[in-house]
Amino acid sequence: MTARSEWPLYEVFVRGKRGLNHVHVGSLHAPDERMALTNARDLYTRRNEGVSIWVVRSDAITASTSDEIDPFFAPSGDKVYRHPTFYAIPDDVPHI
Amino acid sequence: MPVPESGAEPQTAAQTRFDHTLARDQRIEPRDWMPEGYRATLVRQIAQHAHSEIIGMQPEGEWITRAPSLRRKAILFAKVQDEAGHGLYLYSAAETLGADRADLTERLISGRQKYSSIFNYPTLSYADVGVIGWFVDGAAICNQVPLCRSSYGPYARAMVRICKEESFHQRQGYELLLTMMRGSEKQRAQVQDAVDRWWWPSLMMFGPPDGNSPNSERSMAWRIKRHSNDELRQRFVDMTVPQAERLGVTLPDPELVWNEEREVWDFGTPDWSELQRVISGDGPCNQARVERRRQAHEDGAWVREAAAAHAARQQDRQAAQDQQAAQDRQTAQTAQLKGVPA
Repeated sequence: MTARSEWPLYEVFVRGKRGLNHVHVGSLHAPDERMALTNARDLYTRRNEGVSIWVVRSDAITASTSDEIDPFFAPSGDKVYRHPTFYAIPDDVPHI
Repeated sequence: MPVPESGAEPQTAAQTRFDHTLARDQRIEPRDWMPEGYRATLVRQIAQHAHSEIIGMQPEGEWITRAPSLRRKAILFAKVQDEAGHGLYLYSAAETLGADRADLTERLISGRQKYSSIFNYPTLSYADVGVIGWFVDGAAICNQVPLCRSSYGPYARAMVRICKEESFHQRQGYELLLTMMRGSEKQRAQVQDAVDRWWWPSLMMFGPPDGNSPNSERSMAWRIKRHSNDELRQRFVDMTVPQAERLGVTLPDPELVWNEEREVWDFGTPDWSELQRVISGDGPCNQARVERRRQAHEDGAWVREAAAAHAARQQDRQAAQDQQAAQDRQTAQTAQLKGVPA
């Protein structure tokens, strides 16, 4: 097999325009960070889709499981009082 | 993204959650548990789709140097570059399922994985470039728009990007043909000839008829696929007939007639034995396409190796520099402790 399979995988994040967050758009292989950036530009921003790009080695990402029964997100599940709609306010109270 | 790990819990509970996710029309994401069949079907479909984009660069790529003006060259070049991009979006999606990109390329050039039958036909005149944009990219749009809601998240998201770009492909093709139709008698004849050659192979792009499409039913149940082959084929015909009329060409099907009752166009039956032949390797250009891909891959080997070697050397240099800097700091610190001016 060629050296291609040894090129690490990078995840690509693009900021669409000023004022927006970088958003994950996909991945690519590259021999190093600089080439990863250049390739990401050619692959993911051929039509002005971005003003800034981040690349990060895929193996450098730590992720939670996406499993919905994972208790990881349970702490926020039962706290309805964190939402404004939890509080009943009479209709005649203005601006609230 | 990391390759999904197999859950420790009993498969039935995981299967139930998978089924619920699909039933609620939510997306399956890379690290979710999924049945092996679902994963294998997706890898096969996404790889085949990616290979089609990559092989699809060839028929039109052959016309870049012969396009009649700088404007047409630039357009064609951008389109072929898009096809490469689409292939890469899709390989990226396949990798979230645990597929290895180098391995997929290997499977393509060794003939173990297939690509769309349409790219095994030759591009004989410049009008073919226009007809490919109009028919082939038009058919691809019919196929791909519903895939934007495919149940596997990374595939669906790749399709959203691709669909946005396909619209340019189809329109540049139709505009090219409109221009040629305003030209000489010879140019109009070229357009009609290209239409005659590409019409039936384009209808075959949607795959075999529903009664004879072994994987369709399961893919629909898994919501990887949203519409049957025949439904999409009908949609393509209905979309294309009025465009052909406006362009002033005849579609080569004597059975093409408006069905008052069903409010769709009735059309003839493609030669399914031809599709079978082309899929199994006996089309006009199968060998040349795969051979060209193999050659490009092998010719690029030294670039891949050189880039990897360069990256390794840079890394070594950086490591040496870091080590030197650490040593210098330590020396300076020791000197300071001893009261010796650095």
